[in-house]
Amino acid sequence: MLPKVLSKDRFADFVARLLGGGRVFAPVAKGPQFAFAEIAGPDEVSRIRMDYDISILPPKKLFMPQRETLLTFKDKGPEGVRAEVKSQPTAILGVHPYDLHAIATLDAAFSKGARDAYYLAKRGATTLIGLNVKAPANENQFAADMNAIDPPAGGYDLFLTDLGDRYYVEISTGAGEALADDDMFTPAGAGDHKGKRAYDAAKAAHFTRKLPYDTRYLPELLDVSYDSLIWEAAARRCFSCGTCTNVCPTCYCFDVLDKLSMDAHSGTRERIWDSCQLEGFAVVAGGENFREERPSRLRHRMFRKGKYIFERTGRTGCVGCGRCITHCVAKISILEAFQQIADQVGA
Amino acid sequence: MTQALKENPPLVSAYLPRAAKIVEKRKLTDGETWFRFTFPDAQGVKYLAGQFMEVSLFGIGGAPISICSAPGQRDDLEMCVRAVGDVTRAMHALNVGDTLALRGPFGNGFDMDTVAGKDLLFVAGGLGLAPCRSFILDALTRRGQFGRVTILYGGRTPKDLLFRDDLAVWAERKDAEFFVTVDRPDADWKGRTGVITTLFRQVAKSDPARTAAFIIGPPIMFKFAVLEALGRGLGKTNIHCSLERRMKCGLGMCGHCQIRNVYVCQEGPIFSYADVIRLREGI
Ligand SMILES: Cc1cc2nc3c(=O)[nH]c(=O)nc-3n(C[C@H](O)[C@H](O)[C@H](O)COP(=O)(O)OP(=O)(O)OC[C@H]3O[C@@H](n4cnc5c(N)ncnc54)[C@H](O)[C@@H]3O)c2cc1C
Ligand code: SF4
Ligand code: SF4
Ligand code: FES
Repeated sequence: MLPKVLSKDRFADFVARLLGGGRVFAPVAKGPQFAFAEIAGPDEVSRIRMDYDISILPPKKLFMPQRETLLTFKDKGPEGVRAEVKSQPTAILGVHPYDLHAIATLDAAFSKGARDAYYLAKRGATTLIGLNVKAPANENQFAADMNAIDPPAGGYDLFLTDLGDRYYVEISTGAGEALADDDMFTPAGAGDHKGKRAYDAAKAAHFTRKLPYDTRYLPELLDVSYDSLIWEAAARRCFSCGTCTNVCPTCYCFDVLDKLSMDAHSGTRERIWDSCQLEGFAVVAGGENFREERPSRLRHRMFRKGKYIFERTGRTGCVGCGRCITHCVAKISILEAFQQIADQVGA
Repeated sequence: MTQALKENPPLVSAYLPRAAKIVEKRKLTDGETWFRFTFPDAQGVKYLAGQFMEVSLFGIGGAPISICSAPGQRDDLEMCVRAVGDVTRAMHALNVGDTLALRGPFGNGFDMDTVAGKDLLFVAGGLGLAPCRSFILDALTRRGQFGRVTILYGGRTPKDLLFRDDLAVWAERKDAEFFVTVDRPDADWKGRTGVITTLFRQVAKSDPARTAAFIIGPPIMFKFAVLEALGRGLGKTNIHCSLERRMKCGLGMCGHCQIRNVYVCQEGPIFSYADVIRLREGI
């Protein structure tokens, strides 16, 4: 499908069009930072910050909420147990390329084996409107190294690039095509294509590479660094707080817990975010803890990000968004770790 | 759409359990109770030795529990449960006629056909006898398909010994060697005393290349028993064990059971010792 152009004069109309199809989430200011929040109606369009640098939490929370109901039960079950697979049409506006890559990773992870009905139902009802970003939000980002500064093929419905007074609109799906089938969109001309090229050239210049090697070697470099002392060194500062996994767009470990209602007979079985960094994550009955030491937990996270998820899904387990570094009170850096492992072999 | 999304979302939740009815319940020790379940939906169940079920008591939670009955396509299954926490204690309080929820079977299990013709050495420690019993019952049911069958079992005290009816039957069988030991005897105990590795002395020499060992028990017992098996010349790929991990889904999703890049709930819990070494974080 050929790219189109959306004049910024018509941006509010575009959002109204999205609102006609269901809920709309977009980046808005949250203190000095940004968050994906629901845009309740056309009068809230002015809240949308298409100039946001990065959101605190990734859009993952819309497909895999921090807490969601898997089942409801009556009379303590097992009769009368019902699955609560729910979704509602939702558009997410303004998703940066690295977060689109992360969503593609989650799509692959939740499509494996038993295929997760809860995630896939929400994801299937979602329209993704990506947004190009010209420069890294901060020094912690290394999305270029993770090949995540351009959107993944097929990983969005529409993808917008800000060309000043207008958006250059790339279309990747039938849903995107239907959305762009309106007179607010005009065919992109030579000047628009040139503008997009210039944007991407500037982007490539701003997103410098920070790893000394091509990430295709990352899984193997991690493999030979399994016994390295760098995990020990970094983990010395770690509080095992789990913030890094909570803000990560590709972390999806969870716990399953029952919640009883006031009547003490009915209730819900819920899935909540969990973290491999928490001390009790791998404890079994009897108290044995299979990742008791902090370095082993830190290493596990970094191996999941740089190796395991990729090996399982064929998609990157880390998109280089830098959130885990930015929000870590101990300033533990996965980027630094990925840099240091190169020395393990060369030294 | 990304490739992964091209299929339609599944309509049913993988978290929906089946109702199972307790048709028999027997206290085996102070802490362990044996249950036999059938399925009111009359669909039966098919499983391999070494597989497990996720037991749910709604309002309390879930727990992975090994199937301890002989494998195959059946109408019922059995479990032996040690009361250690919320779910397992609540299970002990259930009675015959009560229903609870099961998901599964989960895990790779072990196809005993792959060791047909071999000598079999079973080494079970403590509660490890529960999963191990599924292997043993299978071997004894189709006894002719295997070489020599040897069963070693160790418990802490005589009171802790599980499945005493089975133990008596195994001790009587002429076509199987059975040895049991306890760490700490009581006044009435007339059998062997000592840790399970001492039983290896009783095991007749066999061709290590034609022997398969199944060592199932607590990690500490596995570590020592595996040395004995290796000492007898058994290959690392011919020694099998069952690994325990925290499990919340059984579906390869929640991450709790992960050892490096292996999900124990799916690719395990039965691993060869060669795999355990490769995993490094295994035992
Ligand atoms: C594959 C497999 C097969 C198994 N087969 C059997 C079997 O055949 N029979 C059997 O009896 N058991 C079996 N188990 C063990 C069984 O799953 C556990 O005993 C059970 O999950 C305990 O659940 P619970 O709700 O009763 O205990 P919980 O209430 O969950 O807690 C039990 C104990 O676990 C520890 N614990 C739990 N949560 C935490 C935490 N967050 N932090 C620190 N410690 C914690 C504590 O020591 C606590 O006392 C098996 C386990 C696996 C993985
Ligand atoms: S690495 Fe940082 S954010 Fe993650 S658990 Fe440790 S201290 Fe918390
Ligand atoms: S590991 Fe850190 S940098 Fe990588 S995707 Fe997760 S939050 Fe972003
Ligand atoms: S139990 Fe959840 S991944 Fe294995």
